[in-house]
Amino acid sequence: MALRTQLRLFALLACLAVPALAVAHGIAGKRFFPATPTTDDPFVADELSLPLITQRQLPDVLQTRISGEYTKRVTQNFGIGFGVNHLRLANEQGVAKGFDNLSLSAKYQFYKSDAREAVASIGVDWDVGGSGAKAVGAESFSTVTPGLFVGKGFGDLPDSVKYLRPFAVTSALGVAIPSRKRSTTIDDMGNEAIEEHPDVLKLGFAVEYSLPYLQSFVKDVGLREPFNRLIPLVEFDLQKPIDRGATRLSGTVNPGIVWAGRYMQFALEAIVPVNSLSGSRSGVLLQVHFFIDDIFPRSFGRPVF
Amino acid sequence: MTSSRAALAARCSRAFVGALIALFAPAAAAHAFLDHASPRVGSTVHGPPAEVKVWFTQELEPAFSALRVLDKDGKQVDRKDKQLDPSDRAVMRVSLPQLPAGTYRVQWRALSVDTHVTEGDFTFTVAP
Repeated sequence: MALRTQLRLFALLACLAVPALAVAHGIAGKRFFPATPTTDDPFVADELSLPLITQRQLPDVLQTRISGEYTKRVTQNFGIGFGVNHLRLANEQGVAKGFDNLSLSAKYQFYKSDAREAVASIGVDWDVGGSGAKAVGAESFSTVTPGLFVGKGFGDLPDSVKYLRPFAVTSALGVAIPSRKRSTTIDDMGNEAIEEHPDVLKLGFAVEYSLPYLQSFVKDVGLREPFNRLIPLVEFDLQKPIDRGATRLSGTVNPGIVWAGRYMQFALEAIVPVNSLSGSRSGVLLQVHFFIDDIFPRSFGRPVF
Repeated sequence: MTSSRAALAARCSRAFVGALIALFAPAAAAHAFLDHASPRVGSTVHGPPAEVKVWFTQELEPAFSALRVLDKDGKQVDRKDKQLDPSDRAVMRVSLPQLPAGTYRVQWRALSVDTHVTEGDFTFTVAP
């Protein structure tokens, strides 16, 4: 029981430290934005992320997460999605395995400028309480996270700094609001304790340098397959509880690389904790991501309406 | 039990291979992006080129795809005879008159055969 309780506490921290899954690729003008594996980007698209695998050492527990997510356009600018996450938590006292809560999402893209390579969306993510395994810390209550998502490419910079044009940023800002503000728990000794569930400010952003953009629009520097499809990037994934027993900021910085093909992309990132609360050593992320709208452009990949 | 598992494994293997073939087969689908061009993107060429030729990652629909060459004042200077290569519909070209030295902008618009539209531009310089 003590092991289970301890793993549950670790799992709660783990869930807090894991970003929302919803990922999408998109095009604004000349800019192709890849699906960033950590930062929820602003595009609405038909896509399948499977699998997304992360392994990282959190304080006192090694977390391995295998995730999948499918997103579907209902209209050209509105889409829905669902995601599943399987967790394995291990430390010297044992191992806990199981599915985390199901994640449902909806997103509406309300702005796009091809000339400015800019896009913006609003969306909401619903972590469905009670749908996952308690053994891995899946909450019995839901958490709803409304968010704002923006993306901007720098292709409109002047000729004098043309080699900066391949840069782009995407950003996601949201507040995770739990449906239950606090829980009362009783330990093995019969002691009662109150666990607070704070609202959490979530900030994610990605800075990327597109070698395809460099090759196609700025300067052909002679890169060929597979290097002409590489997009080096750094992602920042930060969380800060803002009320009810708020703790300090936690998060990770994820340097990595994306290879984007015609129908799919691969991503590999290191996961570097920003402080001791976020982990004790670096982890790794691997993603395989399919562009359903490009694979099945006349059937599954089209908006419903 | 063992034979049914083997049959299931065989079906899954066939489905997996089929999916891979579907994913990587050179079917004309997805967005068309510029792969490379002649003159090369951002390059300087010595002597005027006879044409601009652009290779795309997908086959194109000729009627709705475009390729233009503009001078520094934005005036179209190509011969307005854009066409797809008959032997490779992923290649679009337009011929040029004798261009004076200067920097030129190539504008392209590509409609892939699955109706995805992409567009872009790049420059090249003609040195004397």
